[in-house]
Amino acid sequence: MTDKPPSKNTERMDFWLWKLPLGIWLWAPLALFAFFAGLAGYMLTQDKTEFVESAMIGQSLPDFALKPAFDGLPGAARSDLVGGQPRLLNIWASWCLPCIAEAPQLEALHAQGVEIVGIAIRDRPEDVANFLARHGNPYTRIGADDISEVQLAIGSSGVPETFVIDAAGVIRYQHIGDIRESDIPILLAELEKAR
Amino acid sequence: MKAKHQRLVLIIAALIAIIGAGLIAAWTLRNQANYFYLPEQMAATPPAAGQAVRLGGMVQPGSLATEADGVTVNFMVTGNTEDAIPVRYSGILPDLFVEGSGVVAEGSLGANGVFMATNLLAKHDENYVPKELEGMGTAQAAKMAADTTVGLTQ
Amino acid sequence: MIAEIGLAALWLAAALAVLQMVSGAFALRSAEGEANPLAIYARPAAVMQALLAGLAFTMLVWAFAVTDLSVKLVAANSHSMKPMIYKLTGTWGNHEGSMLLWVGVLALSGGLIALFERRLPERTMGATLAVQGFVALGFYAFLLLSSNPFERLPVPAVEGSGLNPLLQDIGLAFHPPTLYAGYVGLSVAFSLAMGALLTREVNPTFARVMRPWVLGAWVLLTFGITAGSYWAYYELGWGGWWFWDPVENASLMPWLAATALLHSVAVLAARDALRTWTIMLGVLAFSMSMLGTFLVRSGVLTSVHAFAVDPQRGAFILVLLGLYIGGAFTIFALRAGAVAEGKRFSFSSREGALVFNNVMLSAILAIVLLGTLYPLLTEAFDVRVSVGPPYFNPASAMFAIPMFLVMAVGPLLRWKEDSPRRIRFEVLLLAAILIGVIGLVSFFGQFALLPLLGLGLAAALGVAAFLPLRGRKLTRVPVATWGMVMAHFGIAVSLFGMASEGAFTQERLAAVAPGGSEQVGDFTFTLQSVNPVAGPNWTAIEARIAVSRDGGAPVILTPQARNFWSPAQATSESALLTRWDGQLYAVIGNQAADGRWQIRMWWKPFVTFIWYGGLLIALGGVLAIIGRVRVDMKRRKAVSLGDERRADLEALGVQPGLAE
Repeated sequence: MTDKPPSKNTERMDFWLWKLPLGIWLWAPLALFAFFAGLAGYMLTQDKTEFVESAMIGQSLPDFALKPAFDGLPGAARSDLVGGQPRLLNIWASWCLPCIAEAPQLEALHAQGVEIVGIAIRDRPEDVANFLARHGNPYTRIGADDISEVQLAIGSSGVPETFVIDAAGVIRYQHIGDIRESDIPILLAELEKAR
Repeated sequence: MKAKHQRLVLIIAALIAIIGAGLIAAWTLRNQANYFYLPEQMAATPPAAGQAVRLGGMVQPGSLATEADGVTVNFMVTGNTEDAIPVRYSGILPDLFVEGSGVVAEGSLGANGVFMATNLLAKHDENYVPKELEGMGTAQAAKMAADTTVGLTQ
Repeated sequence: MIAEIGLAALWLAAALAVLQMVSGAFALRSAEGEANPLAIYARPAAVMQALLAGLAFTMLVWAFAVTDLSVKLVAANSHSMKPMIYKLTGTWGNHEGSMLLWVGVLALSGGLIALFERRLPERTMGATLAVQGFVALGFYAFLLLSSNPFERLPVPAVEGSGLNPLLQDIGLAFHPPTLYAGYVGLSVAFSLAMGALLTREVNPTFARVMRPWVLGAWVLLTFGITAGSYWAYYELGWGGWWFWDPVENASLMPWLAATALLHSVAVLAARDALRTWTIMLGVLAFSMSMLGTFLVRSGVLTSVHAFAVDPQRGAFILVLLGLYIGGAFTIFALRAGAVAEGKRFSFSSREGALVFNNVMLSAILAIVLLGTLYPLLTEAFDVRVSVGPPYFNPASAMFAIPMFLVMAVGPLLRWKEDSPRRIRFEVLLLAAILIGVIGLVSFFGQFALLPLLGLGLAAALGVAAFLPLRGRKLTRVPVATWGMVMAHFGIAVSLFGMASEGAFTQERLAAVAPGGSEQVGDFTFTLQSVNPVAGPNWTAIEARIAVSRDGGAPVILTPQARNFWSPAQATSESALLTRWDGQLYAVIGNQAADGRWQIRMWWKPFVTFIWYGGLLIALGGVLAIIGRVRVDMKRRKAVSLGDERRADLEALGVQPGLAE
């Protein structure tokens, strides 16, 4: 550094307005990132369920007749879901991980006297048999829906989903995703309402 | 102090460009972002004719009709109310596109009230993976192991 | 056993990352010239960490190879009947596996720089390794605490749930590793930038050290993006090659930042200018990589590519982002002002052109970032929007066009100061080509503005890429310069492919009865038959279409509509016919009630040039690396020879300096 008296140029540079762009340049990235992080953090706390609800609630089940999904139980048809008590119609598959998670809940519902009719989606008999042997069999009937025809006809768009069907064969309630322990009382209540 | 001057010029130039980019982005986004409509929303407050939007809902059972050329279809999309929007699409339908299933149509509303779709997306038949699942699946599987007969091959 | 070894290796690697971080930090604390005794552990720790992380990854690959169904990840994502190559590549086709790959590449990069880089002052090296170790630690924690890839099932599954069939493809098999090597390779640039900033060593030596790392990561990223684009083009069956999907943007943003960085580093190395700008870009590039990782795995944005979304994991990564990006930007804000200004240069000079282009690239990065994040902002207000090509294309073109114009003449300018008059012949030549091509093409038909501009710019850039070679002896041109020529030419080729596809594509969508014929472009296609076929884990209906051009010999195309089981999914397998001047792209749809089949065919002129261009760009980068490394080796050899000679002379009692 020399001892030259400051030139007019430097005096101008030291004026605070000229320092402003440098300040912006240095701190803007951090400020922008902080805004983004705040927004992202907020959004992470928002529930993002994007379920497509069935438009069939309140509608009568479409007519169908499915062959048995495996040797141990008869197949399922619309006539099996009409008459008597309201029932649960459970859309599932042996290759579906959440179905393993809901197996105990289905068992619990079965133990409470609820009749559960199953529709297995794009499954093979041996896989269905294996699944039931390992995770329990709460079903009275299981139909094989190899091309998702019935699944889509009742407005289901994934596995697992469970429907409450009343004695007239009308869809009264739809539960999307696996059944958790907290959902059991809700389903029982819906079955009551469907009487 | 020309070097210091130069740095300032560079910084200002960069800031102008970035702010310019931001303004152009904001302006273009307002015009070109693609809004999502449910059928009842489209019936109540329709978008401008020709504006690129998306329409999502259920394909009304009984409404699907294919025209003579074999590649153009017409159908109605319904939502949570009575409103139904007519849609027209030329192209190959997605595999899981059936009456009664969910669909999202990209395109624009025509002057005649028919939604001209340029792209259709059908809801896929995937298994859901709810967030607490992994832990729950394992815990349940462990519980099951105690009660069920296990015949395993590796 | 395998999974346990893998998990143990991962924990050990994490412990070594701590050692690396602490040891490096001690190096930073030592005064200039002294060596802190604790600092010596940083390099070996980095190397060991790389080996252990590599071991952990290998163990996971092994578990997939033998389909070890007692490992939860394998049970959820693989299947015993899958072909071996897809079993192996399935390792990274899921969240945990790909995160392990991410961390593996991070560790490997750290190990490589620790092993091979000797030019930096020890303090700077220590700081660099400390930062690298700090970043690695966060991601090890993420893996071990929330995304353990080696988790066991108490009861082994009977069979796996299979892999998404869209991922069972050879192109996609290799796309993630190259892409990750690119993204995560930028972590070295990040650590170097932070190291230099913390030790106030922002100078040409540092730039020369950083350059090959930036180039290496950039080459891999270029290749990964090119491969990914081609994969999406032929696999998704829609005929498009870029969708501005958040996951695609997540790979493009680091690339834009890395391109700006590699040019900025070149200026710093050659002319000791643009110091803080280079540091900022170094931090920005890897920040974009981490941001991309967050966007793709947190679920805040929906995308066709996204992994299973989990807001809790997203929150973890967001915290890591806050730590690393927030930390880096804070240190930048506090320290960058103290970095001395670089050398001066006039606006019309090579530096000036590079500054202009860097600013344009940054503007495009801002455009892409804003477009990608906009849906996130509006959703906070409960408004759902999607942002697509109608926004991205014109907004980025607005900055890309001036950038291409300057890119054409920039390499012709001299360093420090030059006058535009000196290159007026070249400028006029390029302007003539640009206007000429646009005029010529317009003569033959009505085309949209952007593709038209693209064609003109591509022609001008193609010629401009070779202009720097004018008047030079070709055998004496440095390899690195050939790299620049090839990379810039690759941009022109790619631009030509994009513009050509945009302007000249022809399409035919029709319902065709077997035996029927249709026309698209110069091609006549006849649907011969439609038959069911089956593969190892799928069934499909396959169309046999005979295609002939201008009445020539027919070629058979077989597009399929395929159904996989386990998990059930339908895909459309397109059939491609490649000629020198374009590609025919065929897709089969559904059968109409009257037995006719929906066939959709595109003739896309020169579309393959998009990816050939991408390969040329990557190749240009490789040449640049080779060229620089060779020059560097020669210089090191010369320096060491000079040192030897000096030592010899001293031993003989002669004063050194006279003999030089």
